[in-house]
Amino acid sequence: MRDGRALRVALAEDSVLLREGLTGLLQRCGHEVVAAVGDAEALVAEVRERDPDIVVTDVRMPLGFQDEGLHAAVRLRAERPALPVLVLSQYVQHRYASDLLDSGDGTGIGYLLKDRVGRIEEFVTALSEVADGGTVVDPEVVRQLLRRRRDPLERLSPREREVLALMAEGRSNGAIARALVVSEAAVGKHVGGILAKLDLPPADGTHRRVLAVLAFLRA
Amino acid sequence: MSRPGYALSPWPWRSAGYLLTGALTGAVLLVGLVVSAVAGGVLALALVGLPLLLGTALAGLPVARLERARLRLVDGDPAPDPHLPPAAPGLRAWLITRLRERATWRELGHAVLFAALLWPVDALALTAGLLLPAAVTATPLLMATVGDGREAKVLKLWTVTSWPAAAAAAVLGVALLAVGAYLLGVAAGARAGLTRLLIAPREAGLHAVVTELTRSRVRLVDAFEAERRRIERDLHDGAQQRLVALTMTLGLARLDAPPGPLADQLARAHDEAGRALEELRELIHGIHPQVLADYGLAAAVADAADRSAVPVDVDLDLTGRLPGSVEAAAYFVVCEALANVARHSGASRARVGGGHRDGRLLLEIGDDGRGGARAGAGSGLTGLADRVSVLDGRLTLSSPVGGPTLLRVEIPCAPCLPCETAEHCA
Repeated sequence: MRDGRALRVALAEDSVLLREGLTGLLQRCGHEVVAAVGDAEALVAEVRERDPDIVVTDVRMPLGFQDEGLHAAVRLRAERPALPVLVLSQYVQHRYASDLLDSGDGTGIGYLLKDRVGRIEEFVTALSEVADGGTVVDPEVVRQLLRRRRDPLERLSPREREVLALMAEGRSNGAIARALVVSEAAVGKHVGGILAKLDLPPADGTHRRVLAVLAFLRA
Repeated sequence: MSRPGYALSPWPWRSAGYLLTGALTGAVLLVGLVVSAVAGGVLALALVGLPLLLGTALAGLPVARLERARLRLVDGDPAPDPHLPPAAPGLRAWLITRLRERATWRELGHAVLFAALLWPVDALALTAGLLLPAAVTATPLLMATVGDGREAKVLKLWTVTSWPAAAAAAVLGVALLAVGAYLLGVAAGARAGLTRLLIAPREAGLHAVVTELTRSRVRLVDAFEAERRRIERDLHDGAQQRLVALTMTLGLARLDAPPGPLADQLARAHDEAGRALEELRELIHGIHPQVLADYGLAAAVADAADRSAVPVDVDLDLTGRLPGSVEAAAYFVVCEALANVARHSGASRARVGGGHRDGRLLLEIGDDGRGGARAGAGSGLTGLADRVSVLDGRLTLSSPVGGPTLLRVEIPCAPCLPCETAEHCA
């Protein structure tokens, strides 16, 4: 249950019920909730003051009940590009995910369906993943995007597309290998193939996975 | 007027009042028009007279307004104002609107006719119908006062010198008054009819009714749209949050439960709650997708295409936002069309194209299926066609047997505005 370090979390969610629930859940998993607020303005203020390890925010919040949470996250990322942000959305829409992924340097981003909170282990894993600079996109978004099959992804083989989809969910090569029941070396080969086909030069080491996921999301 | 007792009703007096105020107004108007036109014409050489001339040209407006008010004296039907409200606040917009309206110039014509011709007619009718009979009736009174009981002149035409003759004149005067009452009624009626024809035509009223009907239809659609959003918000803020909290609690309980039948039941409940949440999410999305409100039509159509079971190519040329009702109508047309493609067409590929051109939103939804679709056959397109027609738009369907099917939607609307907030259309 306690995979990874204890995190200092800033939480924004306008429903009191859910805010309390999430706070309890995070505390149970050994994290510290340094701020639990109900609107985007308060979130921005709290994050500036308390400097948390990760921000967890709802998309729709007062006062306008539109995409305030998302905009607060984008704003915070403009101030602190490496600030990990996990956005919980009422439903999947790659438009929101793209806005978020465009902010900062594209790392340390999570975009999950609210339903995912109920799958406690998945949620907590995603949280640690994002806090460590990973990129986690809801499998539902990934599934929708896979239906489109358009450039530049058309060059990828079906297997490579599967691997890329799992990368977008924030999984490591080892995890991908387990999911597809292949060897980790085979996954490494596929990742290499994907990076080559998406024209991501080998010079740029660590961010290439994220860039590949971004290309996938924007396709 | 054909009713018995007309002469004793208030109507002759109302007619007399109408004619009297008409004569007075007309006389004042004649003086005003002549003075302002002459002064304006002379001063126009030095440019200062131009506003005065403009004012003269618009003189028909207040006159017509007064005339419409006066009409109420003799005409039970309200006289509608034929003018449209100006497009924007401010004197300039008001002037432009008024100067472009045909009604303004018709009212100026009426004012000139009124000043030149109508008011003397009013005065004449009033004199013949009321003043002369009254003077004849007053003969005995005149004889008693001015004539010292010896003589009185009736209408300066002939002289009576005896009380019986004076009494006879009075009787004649009363009879003339009764005749005059009808004369006044006829004159006022004709005058009011002419006025109404010139400044409050019946078809203007009819036009106003049609405009009002259209507006109320648009209001109804807007209210419907607002209600959709309210339901969406209620579900989202209420039921959905509770279900998320429930699945979270069940998820935590599962972690704590020792393996056994209890854990199995918790797992079932957890999955069930998860499925309920999924269904609720789809339902909420169908009511009013948030992405439509946040990012507009292009993003919402892309989202609908993502969800479609048949692969969809989207080629929409929209740079900004459109009016909310247009976006909503267009979005639901696309959704319904894509649902039909998936359900009935047997197509392997669909496309959504179009954009904003020449003040119209144009959308084309096509597929490579077997065709033969009809708007009426329970496809849901009839309702959408109604909705589009409220916005003055058109929905056309071409679907020969064997395909391809092409659905076109055209909705006139203001051009795409650049987004208000830059991050919305990055």
